[in-house]
Amino acid sequence: MTSYRRLDPGSQPERLYEAYRSTIQRNPRKPLIQIPQTLSEVTGPLYGHNPIGETDNDLTRHHAGEPLGQRIVVSGRVLDEDGRPVSHSLIEIWQANAGGRYRHHVDNHPAPVDPNFTGAGRAITDADGGYRFVTIKPGAYPWRNHSNAWRPAHIHFSLFGPAFVTRLVTQMYFPDDPLFPYDPILQSIRDPQAQQRLIARFDLDTTEELWALGYRWDIVLRGHEATPFEE
Amino acid sequence: MPAFPSQTVGPFFHFALTTDAALGCLAREGARGERVHLVVRVFDGDGQPVPDAMIELWQADAGGKYEDPEDGQEIVPDPAFCGFGRLATDDCGVCRFETVRPGRVPGVSGALQAPHVNVNVFARGVLWHLFTRIYFAGDPANDEDAILALVPADRRETLLAGPDASVPGVWNFDVRLSGERETVFFDV
Repeated sequence: MTSYRRLDPGSQPERLYEAYRSTIQRNPRKPLIQIPQTLSEVTGPLYGHNPIGETDNDLTRHHAGEPLGQRIVVSGRVLDEDGRPVSHSLIEIWQANAGGRYRHHVDNHPAPVDPNFTGAGRAITDADGGYRFVTIKPGAYPWRNHSNAWRPAHIHFSLFGPAFVTRLVTQMYFPDDPLFPYDPILQSIRDPQAQQRLIARFDLDTTEELWALGYRWDIVLRGHEATPFEE
Repeated sequence: MPAFPSQTVGPFFHFALTTDAALGCLAREGARGERVHLVVRVFDGDGQPVPDAMIELWQADAGGKYEDPEDGQEIVPDPAFCGFGRLATDDCGVCRFETVRPGRVPGVSGALQAPHVNVNVFARGVLWHLFTRIYFAGDPANDEDAILALVPADRRETLLAGPDASVPGVWNFDVRLSGERETVFFDV
């Protein structure tokens, strides 16, 4: 049976991070109980979803017209901790529009809704773990966590990987955002190197001439526990 | 390169992740086993319902087989069963799955585990999703389950779904994210 390396808590956010107020009533006070991995944890759904549609990974083509905003291509590879590709695995993304507004009934930020932008996409990684989304750059948006609180621009990513324990829901940020130091969600990750992992890089090679800016973001999921039988 | 950090699912995931109500039904008509309506309620540390959580389930079919090649048991998977479920909680902090009681699957050193459903909990304010298990109250196998045995006896009840007092086939499971009687969450 495959087993997966345990996560170093230092590489992850602090669950109870008081600067992000909602964490206070929504996280356990007692320590988690460590359990061994069994078939229950090392298996996982293949997708558990409907088939992927042809334009699911192009968020600029979900309506009759084109959305407003800076057109971007976000691409990369999904790898495990040993650099092996995570192939044929579902990625789901969602984001605000260029004005920083989500297509969601709870979002009452008075920025305009874009009738040509929903902001949800899906893709399956290819044999090399590769993925590619076409979308627009989301705007920053205000929230009520603290006085004058703004979230840096980000795209939410949901990944499955091969097992229930490789599940990852995270956020991709854009380089050099001045809001980083003020964002308790990013700052809940204390290790600056771990924070950097969530920041995509601008990439001229995937920038498409006269069309769209390219951002590259490789994503790493939990890897296999080394055994004497592996290289 | 170490695995990447998690971040909260936030409050705005519904239009991307929980548009497919079919993911609330793991057992289609004809699925083998004892049909179970699993009602999951999520509460915060003040005992208030959490109306913006997302619950994901992963379980074996009634024969104890996971629908994954990693499960090498020579058991034919139930074609009417899908082991994965996903729903958002409603305004009352509740979501309702339709499934079957899972069979027993091998655990540590091959000993069979008690029937259980694996659960991931996501929500605004939860920066790193929480992992737990649902067991079924009164199942005689619970007493010999190696994972339950790792949980202090006075906290085991937080992992038990209980049969509804008025509706047969309905099982209730409460997730308490924080507080005196908070649910046991696991580090795997």
